[in-house]
Amino acid sequence: MSNAEIDRQWTTRLRRKAAGKLPPEKLLPDTQPSYVASWIYVFGVATLASLGVVIFTGCILAIRGPQWWHGSQYGHFINSLHLWSVEIFFFTMVIHLWGKFAMAAWRGGRTLTWMTGVVTFLASIATAFTGYASQSNFDAQWITTQAKDGINATGAGAYFNVLNLGQMLMWHIVLLPIAAVVLTGLHVLLVRIKGVVPPFEDDVQPATQKVAVGE
Amino acid sequence: MTKKAFRPDVDAPEWKGGHTPYDIIKEGTIAVLVIALLTLILAVVFGSPDETAITIKSWSNADPIDFATTALSELNGTSTSAAYGAPYNHNGTSQQIGPLQLAKWVGVRIPINAAQAFVIQPLKALPNEPTLDAGLAKYTSASSSTQTTWLNAYAKAATNMKFVKGQVVVSAPSAGPVPVMINDLTTMARSGALDQDLLNDNGFYTTDYTKPLLFLADGQYLGNLATEQHLGGDQWGMMNETGNYPGQSWLWLYTFWYQIPPFNNSGNGDALVWGVMMVLSVLLLLVPVIPGLRSVPRKLRIYRLIWREHYRDSGGTS
Amino acid sequence: MATILSFAAIFPLNTLGHYIHWHWFYISVANLIVIILMVVTFVSALLLPFPGRRRRKENQ
Repeated sequence: MSNAEIDRQWTTRLRRKAAGKLPPEKLLPDTQPSYVASWIYVFGVATLASLGVVIFTGCILAIRGPQWWHGSQYGHFINSLHLWSVEIFFFTMVIHLWGKFAMAAWRGGRTLTWMTGVVTFLASIATAFTGYASQSNFDAQWITTQAKDGINATGAGAYFNVLNLGQMLMWHIVLLPIAAVVLTGLHVLLVRIKGVVPPFEDDVQPATQKVAVGE
Repeated sequence: MTKKAFRPDVDAPEWKGGHTPYDIIKEGTIAVLVIALLTLILAVVFGSPDETAITIKSWSNADPIDFATTALSELNGTSTSAAYGAPYNHNGTSQQIGPLQLAKWVGVRIPINAAQAFVIQPLKALPNEPTLDAGLAKYTSASSSTQTTWLNAYAKAATNMKFVKGQVVVSAPSAGPVPVMINDLTTMARSGALDQDLLNDNGFYTTDYTKPLLFLADGQYLGNLATEQHLGGDQWGMMNETGNYPGQSWLWLYTFWYQIPPFNNSGNGDALVWGVMMVLSVLLLLVPVIPGLRSVPRKLRIYRLIWREHYRDSGGTS
Repeated sequence: MATILSFAAIFPLNTLGHYIHWHWFYISVANLIVIILMVVTFVSALLLPFPGRRRRKENQ
């Protein structure tokens, strides 16, 4: 094989493009800009950590099946862990959103970072909804019989039947977690690629300031 | 170097300042430990709710008159499910936003004929019921105008419905076989057989609870229990959880619209709320490209708190 | 032998919820506490000093 042939391979091109965009020292950095000096910055990693606990506790619930927690004190405890980790997940994610808005964190070519964050937020709401629909208790009965009206009004109810426990459970434990993890992964990789957004400049001269990275 | 106008809400200055050591793996580990510990504490202290599901059996035993009244509404086509429209049937006007009739355009994909699904087919499944079988045969072979006459007679008398010694008592001599049908369906429900029958329509194995849930929701019993728990639509119920547990506070804006006109008194309320929320979601997604909206952070100046150390050290410049 | 580990909650919140009702505004005490905590946490995160200032100054 010639070098030119190797250079043309999909694998080679993909690896070089990925490594170019995200070399190891960017993927796992050992320094950060000195302006990253506020407690508001911990809410991104706190959201990630919460997501980890949500998924881990969800996996334990999956081991024994969807009815286990109704009859087992241990199962009910795992359910409690799952519920509270979800509450903490939304708590930290919304504070993270407030902080990123306050920083206008989309600046400097970070629009896609913002957008993946918003889509992840919306996907999380959908994931939580299917979780509530999968509880197989009174709360699930009420939530699904009410939610069906909203979803039916969009036309989606014809295919996304919230009264179908099996469908809701599979969306909750397969499709939506995959979406949430992929979206979160993209979001985090974008943060690593673009770096943390620099502060606003309060004395900027618009006409002469050079643009480092922009739309 | 090409110079173009710097847009403070779009562009970011190049950072030429210092960097500090940062241990990302340690940060992640600490975050996981802290969050796991917090989760553990909350779970140990507060637990989680688990209100037992109601069944058609528990409903019909707790409130047989509500059950029987609901059964009548399924049979005479006045229940919510019977008159719903898409995706269940063609009997109702689906919700729309202006000219957009999304539900109607998608059509009936989960067909439910309420009278057949909730009353006639389950009753036909009961074995060794000669009086009922004769009544069912009479009802199903009658013309629709005769059926309507019977149903109207029963409905008029049903305002004085009583439940005595396990029997639904309605004095309606001109209601044909309807009294027997409603009474026997109530007995079937109270035994638990109706719960199972509504599920087994899909075969031995099923996880689809569409029919029993639609039937439950058509009655007052489920809604009354929900109202007691502050889960009703006009109680901001979408945000709430049973008991004293925190619920889904992130749904505050979604449920807010249901509390105010025109959403709370429109037949298209659900469609309107979804429409508004979709527009707002798209706006949130597109903040970076919406002039004015993307300037709000700079005007709010909360960032001065976040980066106060930077501004102090650099005198407000980069 | 007594069971050392019990998984029952210490203060289960299963009693009927407490709600605050003001005109058309209606919120559970639990949700209100969560939202207040979020605002307090956000404001605290903005105001509390972040450790490592000396190190950052040295690296400028």
